[in-house]
Amino acid sequence: MTETSCESAELSAEALREEMLKAYPSKTAKKRAKQMVVNDPDAIPEVGANSRTTPGLITQRGCTYAGCRGVVIGPIHDILHITHGPIGCGYYSWLTRRNLVKPVNEGDTNYLQYAMSTDMLEEQIVFGGEKKLKQAIQEAYDIFQPKAISIYATCPVGLIGDDVHAVAREMKEKLGINVFAFSCEGYRGVSQSAGHHIANNGVFKHIVGLDDTPQTHPYTVNILGEYNIGGDAWEIDTLLRKCGIHVVSTLSGDVNYEQIKNAHTAHLNAIMCHRSINYMAEMMETKFGIPWIKVNFIGADQTAKSLRKLAAFFESKELSDRVEEVIAQEMAALKPVREEVTARCRGKKAALFVGGSRAHHYQDLFKDIGMDVLSAGYEFAHRDDYEGRSVLPTIKVDADSRNIEEIHVEADPQRYRSDFADKKKRLEDSGFTFSDYNGMMVEMKKNALVIDDISHHEIEMLIKKWKPDIIGSGIKDKFVIEKMGIPCKQLHSYDYGGPYAAFTGAANFYREIDRMLHTKVWQFVVPPWQKDAAGTGKPNYSPRKDKREKPNEAWKKNPVATEEI
Amino acid sequence: MLDATTTEIKERSALRINPAKTCQPIGAMYAALGIHGCMPHSHGSQGCCAYHRSHLTRHFKEPVVATTSSFTEGASVFGGLANLTQALNNIFTTYNPEVVAVHTTCLSEVIGDDIPMIIKKTKEEGKIPEGKHVIHANTPSFVGSHLTGFSAMTEAMVKYLAESTGTPKNQVNLVPGYVDPADIREIKRIAAEMGVKTVTFPDTSDVLDCPQTGVYEMYPKGGVTVEELKSTGDSIASIALGHWASHAAAELLETKFNVPASLLELPIGVSATDEYVDALRQTAGVEVPASLVQERGRLLDVMSDMAQYVYKKRVAVFGDPDHVIALTRFLVELDMDPVFVVTGSHGNYFEERIRQILEKQCPTAKVKAQADLFELHQWIKQEPVDLLIGNSYGKFMSRAEDNLPFVRFGFPILDRMGHRYFSMLGYTGGIRLIEKITDALFDKRDRECAEEWSELVY
Repeated sequence: MTETSCESAELSAEALREEMLKAYPSKTAKKRAKQMVVNDPDAIPEVGANSRTTPGLITQRGCTYAGCRGVVIGPIHDILHITHGPIGCGYYSWLTRRNLVKPVNEGDTNYLQYAMSTDMLEEQIVFGGEKKLKQAIQEAYDIFQPKAISIYATCPVGLIGDDVHAVAREMKEKLGINVFAFSCEGYRGVSQSAGHHIANNGVFKHIVGLDDTPQTHPYTVNILGEYNIGGDAWEIDTLLRKCGIHVVSTLSGDVNYEQIKNAHTAHLNAIMCHRSINYMAEMMETKFGIPWIKVNFIGADQTAKSLRKLAAFFESKELSDRVEEVIAQEMAALKPVREEVTARCRGKKAALFVGGSRAHHYQDLFKDIGMDVLSAGYEFAHRDDYEGRSVLPTIKVDADSRNIEEIHVEADPQRYRSDFADKKKRLEDSGFTFSDYNGMMVEMKKNALVIDDISHHEIEMLIKKWKPDIIGSGIKDKFVIEKMGIPCKQLHSYDYGGPYAAFTGAANFYREIDRMLHTKVWQFVVPPWQKDAAGTGKPNYSPRKDKREKPNEAWKKNPVATEEI
Repeated sequence: MLDATTTEIKERSALRINPAKTCQPIGAMYAALGIHGCMPHSHGSQGCCAYHRSHLTRHFKEPVVATTSSFTEGASVFGGLANLTQALNNIFTTYNPEVVAVHTTCLSEVIGDDIPMIIKKTKEEGKIPEGKHVIHANTPSFVGSHLTGFSAMTEAMVKYLAESTGTPKNQVNLVPGYVDPADIREIKRIAAEMGVKTVTFPDTSDVLDCPQTGVYEMYPKGGVTVEELKSTGDSIASIALGHWASHAAAELLETKFNVPASLLELPIGVSATDEYVDALRQTAGVEVPASLVQERGRLLDVMSDMAQYVYKKRVAVFGDPDHVIALTRFLVELDMDPVFVVTGSHGNYFEERIRQILEKQCPTAKVKAQADLFELHQWIKQEPVDLLIGNSYGKFMSRAEDNLPFVRFGFPILDRMGHRYFSMLGYTGGIRLIEKITDALFDKRDRECAEEWSELVY
């Protein structure tokens, strides 16, 4: 503990920021300075987000392939995912994200237990890999007869010029099933984020809208940007069902192909992770007229707020009453644990460096139990996720973003729901906000330190200088942080726990944070010989002679009782 | 669980399903962590580095730091020179390592980046501080496997750092291979027990099994130092454990500096450990101490005590070739029948060597290199086995096949913790392996046998 103890609890955010930057070569410091800002919720400063990662700084970020295959499309469990490339990419994305799946329909197969790859070798690098890809698709079809096959390009594929889309078209024609491909080579963007965008485009182009079966339920939504990590989507689904709202599809936690085909028939899109899926919401609105709102089911207060917003959208007294009833019930059930945990955790400090929405959403769970967030930042988000969508028109499109295809979408002449658009207009006039993400910073305190794509060096310094009580981050930082004696909650994988969404999930999270902050292990870090280095010459513990019992004497004293035992 | 796996086998030539290997760079990264004060650097797009760090962290539950050149489209078109130069400057300025160990990825290999040239240029620009080192290995993901990547980086340690002063040093080089820190501890302990002074490289003990002290050390006390690596050219001999992971480095020391190499297999079970102990005895000219004889005797005692429970049990084994070869030898020593033996890695030698080991015990065994777990599972469906041994990915096959007894062994183990602290190498490690095997068999019997057969004593 000694070396990592708080050197100066009084160090201001600006001073800490300066300290962090000192370690870097000047060019790097200049670049990083734009990505580290001191918050002011009333005059939100610009964050240099979604810019290139600095080579050589230990980063949390992953690649475009990871964002596309790993995050957005990977969870669709009944289509076959084939990675076109050398073995590593397919191998590492095999069951490492906790997008849990529970196939329910007859004949619904969970292919997520299978990692499929073309296992590209030198020969294909030299002579091209299209032939092997075609053969792999054929073999996959022959063995599994899936409904659809999805192909993912990895770094070398783009460089050697394999046309994965042409192969997909050819095999689609040949096999008579849906086959589509993603140009999600790892180098395409500055982070996973590029992969999300590419995935959104592909799912929209190739799946959404294939099944026009209309909804019969009066209140239907899609939950977008919810990946069912640790069962979160199941919690949200259960809660909405209780309220009387039907989820058509969740993109893409525990979702099947048929649900996505039919997603465009919902009344409303409700977005959890704005960063990874706002493209889909925008495209669905343009083409089908479905409006979208931002929701957040992480944290009890936010969950209640989101439910009320959904109820307000549907303009039904019956639904609103039901929602109020459910909120009252759930809040009452949650109250004892929330109060118990708050009593122990109030005033403790957290810092969150994760994701494209989690570093925002999880602040609400910490707030629920009276904790403060000193510092937060995203791994791969954009300025709008920090500063709110109002900055969108001012974001400069750089060369890296231009690489990602913006697909041109128009209103569908037959299927565009002008009634939805009219309703949106009417509700907006009465003060209801759509397409409305305000970002993380407006909800954070003044002088909180906002750090985008935080580096290892910056995390280390933050801990040393500000000593937060807990950090929310990912697998790569977890044990670095814990070696410093600070618990770290993984907010990608939930440390294999959860769910943390909705009210039941909130209770799980409160208990988990309480456990982590108060677990006994940390109190043993300093051994007794270090605490009492001088010593007294006597052991601290000696057996109590007067308490020692001799079994035979006890028996003599009370033989009957012993027998009865 | 794995419901789509068919019993019927259809020939595949292009589609890999559930691989039993991964790519070269992760091996290079792991090897580099076994140098004291080293920053592994992944020259490619940043996803590789993120995947490798995550995967190694899940296996070790320890900090795994590494840097990346973070290629974007521009670097992929124009080459990675600027990225690597900038990275090296940032690494030395910010993280101050003794060594940066650069490995390539499929991306930088396809582009054709010339790493030695870039290192030279960066040095000339003064961005590599005096006395610091940058080494490199070429590890394209479309060649070999994580084992060959490990081997390439281990070889690079010799290539870049080993020297010969002309004065021999009374020490033996130990190249332990792609094993866990606990295994390296055990290998070193046996040598120390025999009074042999060793230089072990790469050595991830005290790097990836560090204590909780409340103080984070970016470069923990473990790992082979640059000085020690330099001295390997003066050692009296090298002992390298494992054909895939270790032999190349020892052979290079022999070619370059005439340090004679003993090329052994991993010391798992009786005879492979005997060979290791005897190699130490012969090369260093020492006696085998009574303490090791005792250990060996205890292993034999456990083997005889437990023989009836393992005799002729049908075993399916998968994993990395060095591990699988040594394990298969031990299974034969235990009178077990390794009926299916596979690795995902390449190399004809694997099949040849396994067949040789199984020639008498199990001549009809199915043996395959460049295989995958889908195929292994199909074999098991066709001809059931009593026991499955392999890395964590085996757990799904085990569940799919009526909770087939399953022992976790090798890399990676993502869902249990023992491998991090308790070695399966050496005589004592052999006892642990028998414990694991019999526990797995007994647990199934205790859970599932008819009540009248539920017995207290085994």
